Amino acid sequence: MSLKRNILDLRKRKDEVRKGGGDKAIEKQVAQGKLTARQRILAIVDEGSFHEYDMFVEHVGTDFNMGNKVLAGDGVVIGTGTIYGSPICIYAQDFTVEGGSLGLMHARKITKIMDHALKMRVPLIGINDSGGARIQEGVNSLAGYGEIFFRNTLSSGVIPQISVILGPCAGGAVYSPALTDFVFVVENISKMFITGPAVIKSVLGEDISMEALGGARVHAETTGNAHFFALSEEECFEQIKALITYIPWNNTQKAKAFPPKEPKAKYKIANIVPADVRMPYDIREIIKSITDDSEFFEIMELFAANIVIGFGRMNGETVGFVANQPLVLAGVLDCDSSDKAARFIRYCNAFNIPIITLEDMPGYLPGVDQEHAGVIRHGAKILYAYSEATVPKITVIIRKAYGGGYIAMNSRHLRADFVFAWPTAEIAVMGPEGAANIVFRKEIAEAADPEAMRQQKIQEYKDKFANPYVAASKGYIDEVIEPQETRKILLHALQISAHKDIQSPAKKHGLPPF
Amino acid sequence: MEDQEKNQVIIVHSAKYQTTYNKKYLNRKVWEEPNFNLIKSYIPGTIIDILVKEGQVLNGGDSIIVLEAMKMYNDVQMPFKGKIVKINIEKGQKIPKGFEMIEIEPVK
Repeated sequence: MSLKRNILDLRKRKDEVRKGGGDKAIEKQVAQGKLTARQRILAIVDEGSFHEYDMFVEHVGTDFNMGNKVLAGDGVVIGTGTIYGSPICIYAQDFTVEGGSLGLMHARKITKIMDHALKMRVPLIGINDSGGARIQEGVNSLAGYGEIFFRNTLSSGVIPQISVILGPCAGGAVYSPALTDFVFVVENISKMFITGPAVIKSVLGEDISMEALGGARVHAETTGNAHFFALSEEECFEQIKALITYIPWNNTQKAKAFPPKEPKAKYKIANIVPADVRMPYDIREIIKSITDDSEFFEIMELFAANIVIGFGRMNGETVGFVANQPLVLAGVLDCDSSDKAARFIRYCNAFNIPIITLEDMPGYLPGVDQEHAGVIRHGAKILYAYSEATVPKITVIIRKAYGGGYIAMNSRHLRADFVFAWPTAEIAVMGPEGAANIVFRKEIAEAADPEAMRQQKIQEYKDKFANPYVAASKGYIDEVIEPQETRKILLHALQISAHKDIQSPAKKHGLPPF
Repeated sequence: MEDQEKNQVIIVHSAKYQTTYNKKYLNRKVWEEPNFNLIKSYIPGTIIDILVKEGQVLNGGDSIIVLEAMKMYNDVQMPFKGKIVKINIEKGQKIPKGFEMIEIEPVK
């Protein structure tokens, strides 16, 4: 063969693999509003940056007549590329090839690119679209999953790991996304569950659709398994690309800095918060009045909305925000919001992202359901995560900082670097109403007009304790600031803590209450 | 309580906060005092066998029902010494989770 013929032969072979499961299977895929595996990768990475590996890998199944079957690339595409110039490793399961089922070689391709990502210290993106284990390969496919989960765990906190669910992801397969940092789902396309509707119906008699059991909205809203929810694959890819701009390549780096920008003029920080502490407002307005260009990249927007988490930039650098949301459930802490915030705090800490905490919360959500759901151990996660974090930690108390919530929301006592309070802040063991009822119980009960006495005592307590000055007098608050100074002071605090270096006691690992 | 739901108010330490509820909060289970005299199914399944009759007195730990669930025969036992007051199930019946299968009363 001449060189030219060799090249033509190579091209033919590659084209053959690129056809995936063939026209019919691709047609089916497209009819569901789905792109193919390679189209998805190309839509995420920079144009012309993708290189695919292991195209000619063949499956090794021999039982059940699998020996005669040719599976293009064994149903998964792996490779490297860049997103806005940042290097990434990526894999995408190809549903058109044998339902994207995971056999031994399929798994080996995935673990190969995972090893590569960890070795090169670059982010890993996994696109899941698979019917599950390839039953014909038996225990070999289970081995494959195990190897993937192990690498997910090993890479955790070293490189960012992103999972994109663009099809079914069922049974054991769900545990790879669950072990990664961020999970993206798309309405009507993503399906995640341990046990599918058919089995649930036959065993338990419960009739439920796939979408209602483990659709995108369920995981974004109810289970908290998903971090980003999109209405189409295109929107999802934009979210992934945006996320990549906020996070570093690995745990020894800082996220890329952007040119600083002032917040937009329409966000007037002093006009957002109502004077009455019992009235709600949207805490995200405050965040946007502080961040560069008023941009806030919210994470887990639909889950436990009583706490808000996400990234913004301050003077061009990425900062993680944790903020109570008075608009939903009065901004209380509960099981879900504690889980949500704690995981995010740990993410920021692992990847050198400073944390700004905005506090306005009346306490923990009362209720038997919360107590029985374990609000003690869930709530403890926030305390643990803040205490453990060694990145710069800055708190701004906007209004209410009552009781255990005051301690939990990155207080001085958990080693916050800076604690600021607005003059509207109320830092107290509990709200005036509750405190007056306890402290002045006797006076109220014995008064000629108990209700009038109650109101009088509430006012007394309010005047004395519902302010930031008692805490400031003890040094628990570093400075009481005017709302319009917030950004300036935060920028200063971030600048001062840029080279923060503290050592925690050496240990194998801590034991957070999970 | 109903007033609270309508106005979307959360009460913490006697203070009422105006806010909005999320779906999960609205769907939360309201706690009920458990009634130990009701033998409820802890898993959905099929009644394979009923080993007792109404009026019968049994000791705690005695088998009363065989409930098939998750491809397993589950032995449902008397929680304490007591009398079978009423049987609400039949052999072969498929039951959901939390179904009140048998009513009992304690015997000293």
